[in-house]
Amino acid sequence: MNRRSGSGYTGIPAWIYAIASAGALFVLLPLVAMVAKVNWPQFIPLITSESSLTALGLSLRTSAGSTALCIIFGVPLALVLARTPFPGQRLLRAFVLLPLVLPPVVGGIALLYTFGRQGLLGKNLELAGIQIAFSTTAVVLAQTFVALPFLVVSLEGALRTAGNKYEAVAATLGARPTTVLRRVTIPLVLPGLASGAVLSFARSLGEFGATLTFAGSLQGVTRTLPLEIYLQRETDADAAVALSLVLVAVAVAVVGLSYRRRHTGAAPEGAAK
Amino acid sequence: MTFHLDATLAARGFEVSLSLAPAETVAILGPNGAGKSTLLAIIAGLLRPDTGKASIGDRILFDLAGNANIWNAPHTRGTALMAQEALLFPHLSALDNVAFGPRSAGASSAEARATAMHWLTEVDAGSLASRRPGQLSGGQAQRIAVARALAADPELLLLDEPMAALDIHAAPLLRRLLKRVLAGRTAIIITHDILDAFMLADRVIVLEEGRISEEGPTRDVLERPRSRFAAGLAGLNLVTGTVNGHGITTAQGQFVAGHSADTIASGQDGVAAFPPSAVSVFLTEEHGSPRNSFRVAITDLEPHGDQIRVHAGGLSADITPAASADLGLAPGMTVYFVIKAAAIAIYPA
Repeated sequence: MNRRSGSGYTGIPAWIYAIASAGALFVLLPLVAMVAKVNWPQFIPLITSESSLTALGLSLRTSAGSTALCIIFGVPLALVLARTPFPGQRLLRAFVLLPLVLPPVVGGIALLYTFGRQGLLGKNLELAGIQIAFSTTAVVLAQTFVALPFLVVSLEGALRTAGNKYEAVAATLGARPTTVLRRVTIPLVLPGLASGAVLSFARSLGEFGATLTFAGSLQGVTRTLPLEIYLQRETDADAAVALSLVLVAVAVAVVGLSYRRRHTGAAPEGAAK
Repeated sequence: MTFHLDATLAARGFEVSLSLAPAETVAILGPNGAGKSTLLAIIAGLLRPDTGKASIGDRILFDLAGNANIWNAPHTRGTALMAQEALLFPHLSALDNVAFGPRSAGASSAEARATAMHWLTEVDAGSLASRRPGQLSGGQAQRIAVARALAADPELLLLDEPMAALDIHAAPLLRRLLKRVLAGRTAIIITHDILDAFMLADRVIVLEEGRISEEGPTRDVLERPRSRFAAGLAGLNLVTGTVNGHGITTAQGQFVAGHSADTIASGQDGVAAFPPSAVSVFLTEEHGSPRNSFRVAITDLEPHGDQIRVHAGGLSADITPAASADLGLAPGMTVYFVIKAAAIAIYPA
């Protein structure tokens, strides 16, 4: 509650704060419970075991890869959805956003029937000597599938908010469309793109169901950190908790870093007016 | 290079045909929603009309007449657009904003910046080169927007109410600046301000409901307006009708006596124009003098300089506050507007 001098009227009834606090506790309490469960003396050995480090490294690499794919495909998708009206646009948006609400395991099955050995594209890829299912590539594809909507939603919102007035001016000044995109559109929506990329990275890092279904759980190849945690939970609960904490730390670090950068980056522009 | 435009856009009831001579500046005047911004958007290539064609010299901007289907993209047109808002790119410094046009045209970074610095100096903003748009006042930003548009070296400069968003201190400065830089350039400027038309334009075009209702040299239009909108801008009352000797007969059958500089043939469309200061207000009808009298109901009273302006029946009269108080004027009252024939100018519509 902000009761400092100089603060304005918020219009929020007092009981709202009580419910908001309960909501915040609901999110925080499980994290506290997990931290309380950590076996601290064994913490370092647990998270630096070979299988843990392999899984963490694989998770970071595949998440970086799928974030890159999300940017490559997500930026054009968001531009098309935000800027040019065309028939079937609402339908396309609905399908792009589908993975947000689809159970990941269903996404995994869908990917399997697309890229798997007997899949729609997989059969032809197999003939060409390319096998995707149950490889690291499959992990990246599974993560991209579930993470893409986060980037598209975030960027489309930023594009709509920014409007296209600046683009129109840039075009009348003689800039061709690619120049406008590179020098005006992307810089203007960079905060939205950055937060979308961070969300995609975080979602990729946490992906479990689609990865397990489509890529399996081969150590060093497809067993990412969430899969490793799930596996360890059966045999060594202490290791599972320690690794969970690592995942939380990485996620907090990523989100925190991007949040700070957005704030320091955005400050000088609106500051003077 | 002469500029020609013919365009229709049914969805907005827009149908305009106009030409600009080389180095001519034309002011577009008109009420809100008349299609002024539509006109600029069509020229700049931001809005596609149903039919029409436009060209600068031999160069075609678009040709949608008949079977032709040429629509050149905005960046190929050489028609820089400057809007009410400066719309400086917020992530670039003032210098890089101005360098944007030259850079887009293929100049090297160093060349573009040199050009940009030249134009920044030209608009007295050289000292602001390193500022970000967020650190500029509205007037400064608009001056830099002028420099940015000019640095793109447009063949036709389009200005959409550049002074509208500025405060009363910044506007005169920008107006002087525009007067200087528009000399010798082909430009179209949309404005609400009669002063802009006087100072900046060689010719004015009045746009009403998507059509040109009047055009001509600035001085002629403002001295002898033919459209009600132009008359309003010039601060004149306008009555339309048919010429009849030294006066006109209105559609309601009332004869308005006036004087005309040249002899004009009776029977053609004509207008009677007179300033509000020539109108006297009476509570009863006067008879027997060579005057014109209009029976009108007062709609509004408002202060106008040190006078009171009385609006009634589409006409207006300026009277002293004392006279207004003596007569006890109030909205809704029926009064008589009386004007001497010598104060009314009659000319063909």
